[in-house]
Amino acid sequence: MPQGAAAVLRHELIGLSGVFERNVYLVRRYLWWDVAFFVWTIANTLTIVFIGKGIEATGGDIDVERITTQLLVGAVVWAYLGVIFEILTETVAWERWEGTIEYTFMAPLSRPIHLFGMGLFAIVYGVIRAVLLFGVVALFFDLNLGQADYLAALVVLLVASISFLGIGMMTAVLPLISPEKGTQLGFMAQGILLVISGVYYPVSILPEWMQWASTISPATYALDGLRDAILDGDGLGSMGDELWPLVLIGAVSIPIGLWVFRIGEQYAKRHGKLKRSG
Amino acid sequence: MTRSNHHSSMPAVVVDGLRKEFFRNDGRAGLRRRRKRVAALDGVSFEMHRGETLAILGQNGSGKSTLVRLLSTLLLDDGGSAHVFGHDVAAETRAVRRLINRVSVEASFFKKMSAVENLSYAARFYGMPIRETRERIPEILGRVGFPRKRMGEPLEDMSRGMQQKVALARALLTAPILLLLDEPTTGLDPRSKLEVQTFIREIRQIHDATILLCTHDLVEAEELADRVGILDRGRLIELAPAAELRAKYDAVTLEDAFFAATGKAFEDEPEEEDD
Repeated sequence: MPQGAAAVLRHELIGLSGVFERNVYLVRRYLWWDVAFFVWTIANTLTIVFIGKGIEATGGDIDVERITTQLLVGAVVWAYLGVIFEILTETVAWERWEGTIEYTFMAPLSRPIHLFGMGLFAIVYGVIRAVLLFGVVALFFDLNLGQADYLAALVVLLVASISFLGIGMMTAVLPLISPEKGTQLGFMAQGILLVISGVYYPVSILPEWMQWASTISPATYALDGLRDAILDGDGLGSMGDELWPLVLIGAVSIPIGLWVFRIGEQYAKRHGKLKRSG
Repeated sequence: MTRSNHHSSMPAVVVDGLRKEFFRNDGRAGLRRRRKRVAALDGVSFEMHRGETLAILGQNGSGKSTLVRLLSTLLLDDGGSAHVFGHDVAAETRAVRRLINRVSVEASFFKKMSAVENLSYAARFYGMPIRETRERIPEILGRVGFPRKRMGEPLEDMSRGMQQKVALARALLTAPILLLLDEPTTGLDPRSKLEVQTFIREIRQIHDATILLCTHDLVEAEELADRVGILDRGRLIELAPAAELRAKYDAVTLEDAFFAATGKAFEDEPEEEDD
């Protein structure tokens, strides 16, 4: 193999495409499982979004359309974050289950590229699912979304995804350290992140300490930005308050995520946990 | 794949005083779990020259898999060192990973995916572009005797023998100059076993690969290896050509020599190694 930065970069990009390629194969092979999971997600989202109409039916004086859209955005972000965390956690968990973990982790592919490959696939797959979920659930309601700025919403979601990847990398290593509990701890992190970020309610109703915590959660800014873009039609020009914190948190969380994963991998190699049976 | 000339002049593998310990549960003291240290490898030293096949014999728990996983950069040692073509396996993992591949007792794959899909993404991890894999994967699968018409079928529908052939093809696809074989024929039916062994011979002859073979099969070790090592409770107690071992212990078979060297029958199986 020729030496030099260009050759190394080429090798890494081919490796990254391999990670992406493998996940495409898996989606194709588990297509019906994916369809079933998507139907479940739609049903789950509907149970949340119908709450808006339910409040009105029980005598509440609310702007049903606005509440419904707010709930829909929250549910879609929850589902999106779930996909991102699940795929990143599978970096270890699925490989351990299939028994391929040793082969993948002994391949000459740098860990950051390996994780970025998983993250890239998670974002592409997650965005497709989020768009489909939003579209399908919106059909159940008489929503007036004519003023929505979908491009701005997409940009907010993509910028937020950088931070989500960083946090996902931190949780992805958990199954390596604790094969039995690690995956559940990842779901726990996802839940906490959304609870403090105002997933179905304004952050202002939370206890003060949770409001403080919400200021360092990227989901807070993602939810704000998405709701502004879809409910009020805000464009990217007026999204500075959401985009800059997201960029900042992303710039911090990615290196921390990689560092945490590296520490976890070293621990696993020290204690013999980097193997199929845990 | 790097196959520079300097690799031919240096030992393929140098293992010097390699130690690895794991913690194992040792009952309870009140509410607290007691843990004891168990040496999986205890000062193992040996060298392999390029093109050599070295068989390591040992019971379950003797440290064979730990040795393979240390050389595979999947474990960190607790002392000593191991070098692959001059590269430290702990400090220069990337350089080592380019030179090695392995086949283990379980043919580990994404079972819903086909042989071609599994090999394709795995080759990509080693920097092989799509154009190259399109040509090489069918060719290499053909060479291990994998039927062309089944290349697109999920591996979960295939026998263990067939899966192990795909595992060999995966290892060969990346052209490793050190091949680590960890009980590659264990659990295979006689015909599959013979086919895998024939292919290992072919790898030696055609690919100029250095092979570390951990096995339970003493006949296989004697037939395939230039030298045989006996690993007992983490210590390499013998390392010599099979004929020398038999002569040393005045044994008719390698199994008798193993028994004499370790003081136990080969079938005695203590508990599994590792954490």
